[in-house]
Amino acid sequence: MTIKQLMAAVIMTGAAVSTAVLPASAETLRWARAGDSLTLDPHAQNEGPTHTLAHQMYEPLLHRDMAGQIIPALATDWAPTDDPNVWRFNLRKGVSFHDGSAFTADDVVFSLNRAMKPTSAMKELLSSVKEVRAVDDHTVDIETDGPNPLMPNNLTNLFIMDSGWTEANNCAEPQDIANGGDNPCVRAVNGTGAYVLVSRAQDEKTVLKANPNYWGIGQFPLDVSEIVYTPIQESATRVSALLSGEVDLIQDVPVQDLDRVATTDGLSVITAPQNRTIFFGLNVGDPDLTTDNVDGKNPLADVRVRQAMNIAINRDAIKKVVMRDQSKPTGVIMPPFVNGWTEALDAYPANDLAKAKQLMADAGYADGFGITLNCPNDRYINDEAICQAAVGMFGQIGIKVTLDAKPKAQHFPLIKNRETDFYMLGWGVPTFDSEYIFNFLAHTSTDKLGSWNGTRYSNPSLDEKIVSLASETDLSVRNATISEIWNTLQDEVIYLPIHHQVLNWGMRANIDFPVQPEDQPHFKFLKIKG
Amino acid sequence: MLAFIIRRLGQALFVLLTVAFFSFAMFKFMGDPLENLLGQEATNLDRAELEERLGLNDPIVVQYVRYLARALEGDFGVSYRAGIPVAEVIMQRLPATLELAFISGMLAVVFGVLLGIYTAIRRDGFVANLIMTSSLIGVSLPTFLIGVGLIWAFSVNLGWLPSFGRGDTAPFFGVELAVMTWDGIQSLILPSITLGLYQMTLIMRLVRSEMLEVLRTDYIRFARARGLTDRALHFSHALRNTLVPVITITGVQLGLIIAFAIVTETVFQWPGVGLLFINAVNFVDIPVMAAYLLLVGIIFVTINLVVDLLYFVVDPRLRAERSGSEGP
Repeated sequence: MTIKQLMAAVIMTGAAVSTAVLPASAETLRWARAGDSLTLDPHAQNEGPTHTLAHQMYEPLLHRDMAGQIIPALATDWAPTDDPNVWRFNLRKGVSFHDGSAFTADDVVFSLNRAMKPTSAMKELLSSVKEVRAVDDHTVDIETDGPNPLMPNNLTNLFIMDSGWTEANNCAEPQDIANGGDNPCVRAVNGTGAYVLVSRAQDEKTVLKANPNYWGIGQFPLDVSEIVYTPIQESATRVSALLSGEVDLIQDVPVQDLDRVATTDGLSVITAPQNRTIFFGLNVGDPDLTTDNVDGKNPLADVRVRQAMNIAINRDAIKKVVMRDQSKPTGVIMPPFVNGWTEALDAYPANDLAKAKQLMADAGYADGFGITLNCPNDRYINDEAICQAAVGMFGQIGIKVTLDAKPKAQHFPLIKNRETDFYMLGWGVPTFDSEYIFNFLAHTSTDKLGSWNGTRYSNPSLDEKIVSLASETDLSVRNATISEIWNTLQDEVIYLPIHHQVLNWGMRANIDFPVQPEDQPHFKFLKIKG
Repeated sequence: MLAFIIRRLGQALFVLLTVAFFSFAMFKFMGDPLENLLGQEATNLDRAELEERLGLNDPIVVQYVRYLARALEGDFGVSYRAGIPVAEVIMQRLPATLELAFISGMLAVVFGVLLGIYTAIRRDGFVANLIMTSSLIGVSLPTFLIGVGLIWAFSVNLGWLPSFGRGDTAPFFGVELAVMTWDGIQSLILPSITLGLYQMTLIMRLVRSEMLEVLRTDYIRFARARGLTDRALHFSHALRNTLVPVITITGVQLGLIIAFAIVTETVFQWPGVGLLFINAVNFVDIPVMAAYLLLVGIIFVTINLVVDLLYFVVDPRLRAERSGSEGP
């Protein structure tokens, strides 16, 4: 009798607690994508799926919403101060971490300093920061070396940790993998975000539940009360899991299965352009190439050859045949969201074989030449197939291309070590600004800049303009410089743009959730219909 | 016997050192972990620094000796991908793989031997011929296709069984096992069939042909003439004499089941060491790859040792010969 009463009491209180805590509709979202987060330490990896999971539990000062627009998170507003080198951030009040401790300016100072430590993977995004200062409990100043007009754009994935909790767990430094470092923050989370970590087994299953004390309750839909995240690497299995109703939402629907998912009752596919452009890079700088059959000179150094190659690519055919219409052909290596993008730049040249052959003849290569194209086969959507199609197109103007397709772990080192003369690369722009593209892809390769510029292209006057962007506070002057740089790059044709990738998410038809251009779902925005 | 075991252990150690050396020589061709570790924004300077700190510039032999020295102290390094110690990662994943391999192995042996006996005894029967013909499918279809086919039939169309994952687990002497829960058992069915099908058909065909061989021998005829029952004849006389090659093959196959688990685990997102290894290869996670290859080496060496010892149990002639040769 007493036991029964006790049990009844327990059940009653349990019910009371759960009704008080949970939102009106208790919905579990089972979510799958190809990759898993690598670590729960928010500063240890700078990588998409890792940030996606972190965004559900940790929050930055500001972040990009589902449309890619910057919105406030832990900061309510921000502006440059009278000193052009200092940005001031006003912090949200009444926010607490999952363990109950209050969020203050000290946590921001601590977290940004942690992200700047040598073992952090996020330090490059803060390389211009000189000092982070707490002005009072809810105000933070960030001082940079010289004015940095785009400071806020760099903060969208810089998560704020609780200084007390992190220090108590001995992880004031991001983990140092090189020295056998390991820390408890890799396994546990104490953020301010909308979801709290319940359990996690890497590559297996991660369970999150709604944070009952989230500051954003009432401001965001928050229809999902529990998230069960399972990475499913094999695309056939991932699609099967969605078709059989074992998961509710998948990212990375393979293009060949789009129709199948879209025509299944109760499922829908949502499509949107991705913040990533696919293109070929050409070695224009070396006096001679190692992978071609022309002795003593570099055929790619001649701009007419590059122009010929650019118009030999039939981008519409690649879109139709290789990508099954899931791409947006382009004439510039910049996704449409980026500051500096114009329709004129994006317009791509018509496929014109007669003109291409004429240009080849003018350059002295009427009989063409042979060269090797290096391509990844597990990185971009249908990457190897795009290269195969391109091989045939270059063959039409006499360029005999040998395709060398490899896994990404072997392909990217070729570019970084400058061991390829002709390669495929895809580029996303997390800051949504052209400067990011110039810094990595157009600036002469130096210790600090041009790390992904595998073209060996070096133009000192262009470099000067690129460097000037970092500290130009007059936005109209800055945008004019960006436009000048693009004009030079378009004339030089050091890259051959192919297309912008398109993202496809498959989900239950009663889910109302737009596709985010950076492939970053923020589940606090997810709405359940009906 | 003891000398035999000691000699085999010595050989095993040599095999493991060789495996480790060859894997180190291979890692150079696997690509470069720096890209994954550094992320897109890293500068050329960051890259050079990390390469130096990870010791990737050193000659292979230096890296190999350094690895062995640490491994002897039980330190297998930290996974580049997961950021936690390799020993911990592997110990978390190993039960899932061993469980799957064990269940698949059991299915393969039990059904393989039973069907093998059946098809040998009823060699001209319709059912036996049907089994023999359909067993060709098991031998010739790639694991990947079988897995996807089973998912398509039983998960997508019939909706009976889960298409991925290990389901719920419950502790069994401190080890989390899927067979301890109904949900876990359901999750085990498709992957273990996928993984064990090839081995089952192989064992079945082997048992059948060995059985047919034995059934033709004189002592079986005499036994039959003596009036022994078919049951005694088939199971205690014929079967026993077919077992030596079956044990050899089964042992090697059990090692292969663990190795083949890579494909099955990827198809079913089974969270075992095979999936871990595939991810390690994609990420160029050298510490995990090295430890996994060593582990597989140890498993193969152990299985071979056990198989050799089992011969003594099954075949009395071996015991007799050995004691004879080791005499004065």
